[in-house]
Amino acid sequence: MLIPFFFQLRFAGVPVSITEFLTLLEALEAGVAAASAEDFYHLSRACLVKDERHFDRFDRAFAAHFKGAEELFEALLASIPQEWLQRMGERTLSEEEKAKIEALGGWDKLIETLKKRLEEQKGRHQGGSKWIGTGGTSPFGAYGYHPEGIRIGQDESRNRRAVKVWDRREFRNLDDTIELGTRNIKIALRKLRRFAREGAADQLDLDGTIDSTARNAGLLDLKFQPERHNAIKVLLFLDVGGSMDDHVRVCEELFSAARSEFKHLEYFYFHNFVYESLWKDNRRRHVEKIPTLEVMRTYGHDYKLIFVGDATMSPYEIVQPGGSIEHWNEEAGSAWMQRLVRTWPHHVWLNPEPQQRWDYTPSVQLTRELLEDRMFPLTLGGLDQAIKALH
Amino acid sequence: MSARFHGTDSYVATEDLMMAVNAAVTLGRPLLVKGEPGTGKTQLAEEIAGALQRPLYRWHIKSTTKAQQGLYEYDAVSRLRDSQLGEEKVHDVANYIIKGRLWEAFESDVQPVLLVDEIDKADIEFPNDLLHELDRMEFYVNETRQWIKARYRPIIVITSNNEKELPDAFLRRCFFHYIRFPDTATMERIVDVHYPNLKKELLAEALTTFFKVREMPGLKKKPSTSELLDWIKLLLAEDIPPEALRSDDPKKAIPPLYGALLKNEQDVHLFEQIVFLHRRQGR
Repeated sequence: MLIPFFFQLRFAGVPVSITEFLTLLEALEAGVAAASAEDFYHLSRACLVKDERHFDRFDRAFAAHFKGAEELFEALLASIPQEWLQRMGERTLSEEEKAKIEALGGWDKLIETLKKRLEEQKGRHQGGSKWIGTGGTSPFGAYGYHPEGIRIGQDESRNRRAVKVWDRREFRNLDDTIELGTRNIKIALRKLRRFAREGAADQLDLDGTIDSTARNAGLLDLKFQPERHNAIKVLLFLDVGGSMDDHVRVCEELFSAARSEFKHLEYFYFHNFVYESLWKDNRRRHVEKIPTLEVMRTYGHDYKLIFVGDATMSPYEIVQPGGSIEHWNEEAGSAWMQRLVRTWPHHVWLNPEPQQRWDYTPSVQLTRELLEDRMFPLTLGGLDQAIKALH
Repeated sequence: MSARFHGTDSYVATEDLMMAVNAAVTLGRPLLVKGEPGTGKTQLAEEIAGALQRPLYRWHIKSTTKAQQGLYEYDAVSRLRDSQLGEEKVHDVANYIIKGRLWEAFESDVQPVLLVDEIDKADIEFPNDLLHELDRMEFYVNETRQWIKARYRPIIVITSNNEKELPDAFLRRCFFHYIRFPDTATMERIVDVHYPNLKKELLAEALTTFFKVREMPGLKKKPSTSELLDWIKLLLAEDIPPEALRSDDPKKAIPPLYGALLKNEQDVHLFEQIVFLHRRQGR
């Protein structure tokens, strides 16, 4: 049962390895998780997911995979102690509502009906007016409107919550706090420099050592100073043509000014969206095309990939094969984008368009989804965050 | 190893956190804890040590910390100096081996808890340099030619503030937990644990205000649990009545002592502006 789950996770883009999977099995064997589904969810998440950015993918894959195994949870649900339900109800229901329950035959009746329904019901249920589930008007379930409803699966239920924990998808917006702020290019440059200076290896400060040894009456006194080395490699993908040209120039200037701080800095151009080829010289873009695959092979995973573009276009240019406005593309831009972000896990998209407008452009939304929200405004605050996201 | 962690009198642990801790304790693997600053990552190690009654070894990481320093350091400089002075102890190299935190933890008589605090502060290679040591819980001292092996596999808690990404090989060996920002119910429990005698109304008002401030768009640093606790402490010390926190009174719309919640002058400025706008609308 777990091996397909493993592959489902990998398919969903959660980078799980065999080591981690074996750890999970080991933990299960050691009895870390009791028999509850929620325990299993928490345990498998702690074992298999190592980055909160992937929590949402994990939740979705988990939900998709264990949908078929709902009976398992159902058995758990059936074992909710009766007193608990009663206590719960007394706390959440008003006097008036309690009176209505009496009208339905009182608590005992309600519980009895609940048990009967549990037996009848197979699988998870949402909406509707009879079955136990969420969002409906049945007396049983969560988020419903029925006045005498028993809240199963809301805050207090230890067992039932399991189904919901991953359905809730709380980690969707985990890295969605984006700030705006504008000042001049110099500060931006300083930020880029800070980004470029990495590492803190110590090296001998020869002058300092001689000086302080002399002061020490000839007894050796070593002095060290932090070493600076530029280890950052950057790939810059710039959108050219049309409205973007001004912004692209600013960006190019910015990065070339900081060029000496990077170990490597490579430019490539694209138009509107990335497809199977890029080019290095914009004047000869139709002659000297470089296959994207070649770029992917040439530059290692440790490169940081920075897109600059407004991501504003027809959504077809992203999702449809042949959607490009310049040529016939065999594969959709989204497929290429997915390949790119997998090749270079450190990636951001800088968008010169004001952030308020992003929400109104479907293609920006699409791009953001493809990049897992690593899109930042081309402003000081945005740069700051982009740099943070790149680390 | 039947000891299980269920949170303590002074620390509220959510279920997923307990699961992660217990898995890490049972299997003897390191537990990597991430989360917003101020959500109690560092405190977790102290609480585990307290709850399971184990000694705690703290290793605080700085930008200059090397992996080797956690194992041991050979103080060659002082040996050289001693040789210049003709000291006796210069003949035994062992006199100049300084034990690191990891070594100390390995030597502990009972299973210890080792906290590696803010691992992301160190150089990017730092976690990679510790792979073998954390895996096998042993290392070799070159100078004295001896193997140091852990008597009991320490419970290792590693915290990270996400300033740098950690290498995959390292992550694969850890359990991972992300401390989410607590919801209102958990927050009430947390405050209750710290200030058990707090008046109900004050707590309710304080929490409402706190979450309102947190939800304010554009804040650079959102106030976190530790800031809330500080703020409540101040409110208690100043004996501020709960009514003063109610923001529907336009004159007192700015919560008292908000300096404890907002730590950035731009945030304070933004906050005052928004409050000012609200007040004008209220008229």
